[in-house]
Amino acid sequence: MSTLEQMYQQVILDHAKHPVGRGLVDAPADEGHLAGESHQVNPTCGDEVTLRVDVTPEGAVAGVSWEGQGCSISQASVSVMTSLVQGVPLSEVERLDGLFHDLMSSRGKGLDDDDAEDALGDATAFTGVSQYPARIKCALLGWAALKDSLARSGALATS
Amino acid sequence: MTTTAAVRPDESGSLTTSELAAVRADFPLLERTVRGGRPLVYLDSAATSQKPQVVLDTEVDFYEERNAAVHRGAHQLAEEATEAFEQARAAVAAFVGADEGEIVWQPGATAAINVVAYAFSNATLGRGGEAAAPFRLAPGDEIVVTEAEHHANLVPWQELCARTGAVLRWIPVGDDGRLDLTDLGTIVTERTKVLAFGHVSNVTGAIAPVETLVAAARRVGALTVLDACQSVPNLPVSFHELGVDFAAFSGHKMLGPTGVGALYGRRELLEAMPPTLTGGSMVEVVTMESTTYAPPPQRFEAGTQMVAQAVGMGCAAQYLGELGMEGVLRHEQELAAEMLKIADIPGVRVIGPLDTADRLAVVSFVVDGVHAHDVGQVLDDKGIAVRVGHHCAQPLHRRFGVAATARASASVYTTVEEVAAFREALAGVRAFFGAE
Repeated sequence: MSTLEQMYQQVILDHAKHPVGRGLVDAPADEGHLAGESHQVNPTCGDEVTLRVDVTPEGAVAGVSWEGQGCSISQASVSVMTSLVQGVPLSEVERLDGLFHDLMSSRGKGLDDDDAEDALGDATAFTGVSQYPARIKCALLGWAALKDSLARSGALATS
Repeated sequence: MTTTAAVRPDESGSLTTSELAAVRADFPLLERTVRGGRPLVYLDSAATSQKPQVVLDTEVDFYEERNAAVHRGAHQLAEEATEAFEQARAAVAAFVGADEGEIVWQPGATAAINVVAYAFSNATLGRGGEAAAPFRLAPGDEIVVTEAEHHANLVPWQELCARTGAVLRWIPVGDDGRLDLTDLGTIVTERTKVLAFGHVSNVTGAIAPVETLVAAARRVGALTVLDACQSVPNLPVSFHELGVDFAAFSGHKMLGPTGVGALYGRRELLEAMPPTLTGGSMVEVVTMESTTYAPPPQRFEAGTQMVAQAVGMGCAAQYLGELGMEGVLRHEQELAAEMLKIADIPGVRVIGPLDTADRLAVVSFVVDGVHAHDVGQVLDDKGIAVRVGHHCAQPLHRRFGVAATARASASVYTTVEEVAAFREALAGVRAFFGAE
């Protein structure tokens, strides 16, 4: 597989074509839920994402919805992340965020940790992206939006 | 200063194959390979050009043989450094149809435009006295730009308006990517104090109708500021003939070093203009209470200058001058025609003029169903370097309803074969992403 094919894995192309969670949903007014929204842009290439998160009273992700435009890497990454964090406790979301950042710093080598890669699931498909320094920020855009929307929801302070 | 460029355009106008080969041999970087041994096809010269060996040698030679502070010191090195610095100024001035005293060294074109914008600010605050009256703004005065501008020729004017209460207006861009001058008479009016516009768009490649715009500005007594970054490297330019009041251009886009550019200003205007950056080297008499300023161009060259880079830029001007800008322009037009053939590839849409008249080989495009970043990545995998993004022209991209485009651009060393390789690679992009 060429390095280009390593970057554009089929799972990434599929998510870019059929994104999960795309289309902003109003946060349900369920009792005890917290909601947050974040808008992130990558000014060098114009990638953009607006993301909403809904957090249960127990401190788990109840739902993520988003709207965005940009390259296949940025859009697929938000999509994969949306699937990955559904129903996940915030402490685990924080761990996944850390692992994904580690993966993006791996220069194509991956995490060399089966448990970590299992936890990241489809998100490990972005390993190839980490060989292209200019594209790493594309893959991280959605994760930045999730982190910021969680902070804005106030859920991080209470969890 | 000597250059090795001995090639001349042939009688038919453009560069012959052997002449082009000789030019390419002057650029060491073009020999390298990228992405696993592929020959480099560099189509990003509008962002920054590659440098001929003679420019690199001239810069090194300055450091090895002549390095000293200029315009001060009585020693021989200081004399030689000053001479090299001023000879470079003369070479650049001759290359762009200006007098030596009308060329001010700047760190780049962005800095050059800001010097003019801040001169208006300072004059409006009363600096520069009566002489600076042409630079004074009052609320209700207007500054006109165009929708096609690079941010460097837009944001400084927005900021100037915010500081002074002047109003920013702009000439729109038509669907063909050229300036729409239909309402020029109601946009450039007695209220207009500045008309700032790009000579050649760094997105569409369109050459602006300078004569018409300068005439419109003169009719109402407005000063003109030309962003000449894309024109000076690629076509014959004479600021005296164009009749503009100010112009800005960078060294690194015209085969010269980074870190240096130039501001052209008509002599009487530079003499009347208050300085922006103040400090050493730009003064006459300094007391604890006040300071008088040196005449131009030194008035606008505060602090230690980028001497080695300026000398390199002078060498680049000489290299292009010896090559002959008429031939360079014909070469550009030939490459533009080759590049525009991408419009025939299914799913490819060119942003800008599709005809080769009054345009250069700067071609921006979108690929249906594939983001510009992804387009650039697939081309890069074939060794083809293009720019992706908004090319520092967000309003122009918004005008065409796109967030980002990919852009191919040429320089003197670009070949028809390279453009063909680009077209071939581009034709495969949609299939790679499974776009229907």
